[in-house]
Amino acid sequence: MDYQELSAREIARRVRGGESSAVEVTEALLEHVERVDGAPGSLDFESGQVESGRVHAFITRTPERALDQARRVDEKIAAGEDPGALAGVPFTVKDIFCVEGTPSTAASRILANFIAPYTATPVARMESAGGVMIGKVNLDEFTYGSSSESSAFQPSPRNPWDTDRVPGGSSGGSAAAVAAYEGPLSLGTDTAGSIRQPAAFCGVVGLKPTYGRVSRYGLIAFGSSLDCPGPLSRDVADAALMMNAIAGPDSRDATTAVVDVPDYLQDLEAGVRGLRIGLSPEYFRVTYIDGQTGEPVENPIEKEISRATLEAAELLAGMGAEIVENVPMPHTRFGIPTYFVISRVEAASNLHRYDGVKYGFRAPELHEDLDSMYRRSRAAGFGTQPKLRMLMGMYVSAAQYSEQYYLRALKVRSLIRQDFDSAFDTDGPHRLDALLTPSTPSTAFPVGDVYGNSVLMQYSDQLNVPANHAGTPGLSLPAGLDQDGLPIGIQLLGPDFSEHRLLQIGKAYEMASADHDWRSRRPAALAGS
Amino acid sequence: MKEEINAELFDHLVGLAALALSQEEAEYLRRELNNQLAAIHTLESIPLPEGIEPAARGVPYPPERSQPLREDVVEGCEQVAEILAQAPEFEDGYIVVPEIPHEDL
Repeated sequence: MDYQELSAREIARRVRGGESSAVEVTEALLEHVERVDGAPGSLDFESGQVESGRVHAFITRTPERALDQARRVDEKIAAGEDPGALAGVPFTVKDIFCVEGTPSTAASRILANFIAPYTATPVARMESAGGVMIGKVNLDEFTYGSSSESSAFQPSPRNPWDTDRVPGGSSGGSAAAVAAYEGPLSLGTDTAGSIRQPAAFCGVVGLKPTYGRVSRYGLIAFGSSLDCPGPLSRDVADAALMMNAIAGPDSRDATTAVVDVPDYLQDLEAGVRGLRIGLSPEYFRVTYIDGQTGEPVENPIEKEISRATLEAAELLAGMGAEIVENVPMPHTRFGIPTYFVISRVEAASNLHRYDGVKYGFRAPELHEDLDSMYRRSRAAGFGTQPKLRMLMGMYVSAAQYSEQYYLRALKVRSLIRQDFDSAFDTDGPHRLDALLTPSTPSTAFPVGDVYGNSVLMQYSDQLNVPANHAGTPGLSLPAGLDQDGLPIGIQLLGPDFSEHRLLQIGKAYEMASADHDWRSRRPAALAGS
Repeated sequence: MKEEINAELFDHLVGLAALALSQEEAEYLRRELNNQLAAIHTLESIPLPEGIEPAARGVPYPPERSQPLREDVVEGCEQVAEILAQAPEFEDGYIVVPEIPHEDL
C-alpha cells in the first residue's frame, strides 16, 4: 500500500485501529524515500553527483531507529495499551535538533562527527506520542540562510516541484521532504521565516508558533530570542495534530510559557464567520538595499502572489469573514535591518562554544598552542555564512558601537511589536483576529541565483521576520501555482498564542479552495515514484 | 559605497571571533559586512519615540505565564562516558588540549 500518500491523521487512525502495522507503514515510507530522495548530503560530495530529479532532502536516514520505534508502537497495540496520537506516523527532523544516538550536525563540518547524547523535547514528545522518526533532513549551515544551499552537506536539498530550484530555507530539507511525500510531518525551526518561507516555496503548510509555545530544549541555538520550533505538513489538520504533541511548557526551557494548550484539532472546522482579517499594504511590497549603490529600492511583490493573496481574502469573505483593508504595519520594512543586528549578536554569542575542545571538529594539524588550535578548528569547521554572522555580531555589539547598532535595533524591535499590538488590539481601530499576507515576495528561485549575495538572500524573508521580532505566530499555506508551476504561499499572522485560530482560518481556506485545479497537481519529483 | 569596516577593523573582528581566513574569504566577508551595514543604517531614519524600551524578546512574560522556580536538585547523567568520548582528544580521564599560552613567572 502507498502509505506515503496518507495523511498523518489517517496513518495514526489505521495504526491505532489495528488496520495497519507501524512496521509496514515505516517500511513503505523508507522505500519511498529510497525511490525519490537520491544520495544524502555528504561532506565529501563532488559536483556531478547531483542526481537530476532527486530531492536530496536528507543528511542522515535512520531506518533501524525507525523500525525499532515502529515495533514498540505495534507491541503497545498488541498489549492493548494506548500507543499515542501519532502512532506509527513517520516524520523527519531538521538536523538542528539533537536526537540521542544520531549525528546532530547543524549541517556544519564543525558538528559533523557529533552524536547527540540526548533528545530535544519536541522530538521526544513526538516519539512518546508514537511518532516514528525516519531521518534527519538538510538545512542551511546552523540555519543561516534562506535557500538551504549553505549546508556543508551537499548536494543541498532541491525543490520537488522543480529540482533545478531551491526549496527555500533554512528548513529546506523539511519542506522538500514533506512536499515529496517523504513523511507527512517534519519538525523545523523558524528564526526569520525558516519554516514559512520554505513551506511556501515547496507548496506545504508551515507553522511558526508563538515564541515560548514549543520548547527549544535540544535545539542547537542560533538566535535565542527568535528561534521557534514548529511543524511542516501537507495539510492544516496534520499541523494541528503535530502541535497537539509538541506544544506546552517544558521545565528544561525556562522561556516556554505556562499557557494552556488547546486541542488544536477540536473545532478546526469552526469557520471564519465574524472574524476580522486584515490586509496591509506594507506586506505587498519589498524594500531592500541595492548591493551596488547602497540605495533603498522598493518593488511590488510578484503579481501572481498578490493576486493569490487577494483571492484568498475573497474566499474568506465569502465564508463570512470581515476583510479589513489598509491596516498600517509601518515598521515592516525595518524587519530585515533589525534582524541583521539582533540575530548576528545572538549568533556570535551562541557560536563561541564551538572550540574543538569538548566535542565536534578539531583541525588535525599539530598546534603550537591552544589559541591557534581554536582558530584553525573554527576556520576549517565553520563555512562562510556562520563566519559572516559572527563577524557582524562582534562588530555591532562592540562596546563603542552597541548603542548605535544593537540598542537601536532592540528599540526598533519594540516598534515592530507595537505594529502587531495595535493591529490586534481588541479596543483598537482594527481589532484583527489575523492579518493575511503573502508568505514570500517571489516563488522559488533557481539554485545558484541568489546564493553569495547575503543581503538579497536575507530579503526573501522580509514578510516573515516581523513575526519573529514580535514573537507572534504565523502560518504559511499553499495557495496555488504560478505560471511556471511553482507553489505560491499565503501567510496568516495572529496575536500571541493564537495558533488555534490561525489553523481554523487555514482550514476554512483549504475547504473553500478544495476544488481548485492546482490542488490536484503533484511535484515533478514524484513523477517516477 | 562607504567602507565602514576597513581592513584593519576587519582583522580586529576576525581576532575577536577566533577565526583565521583565506584572502579570498576575507574579501568576500568584508564586502558582505559593508553591504549589510548599508541596510542596517536605514534604521537611523526611524524616529525613536521618547521612552521606547529596547525589546530583548517579543512576547511579554508576566509572572502568571512564567515557569515557577523549582528546587535546585542534582539530576544524574547516565551517559558520561559517551559524552566524554566525543572530545577530540581524551586521555586518562582528561580532555587534552595543546599548550595553553602563559607567561612563566
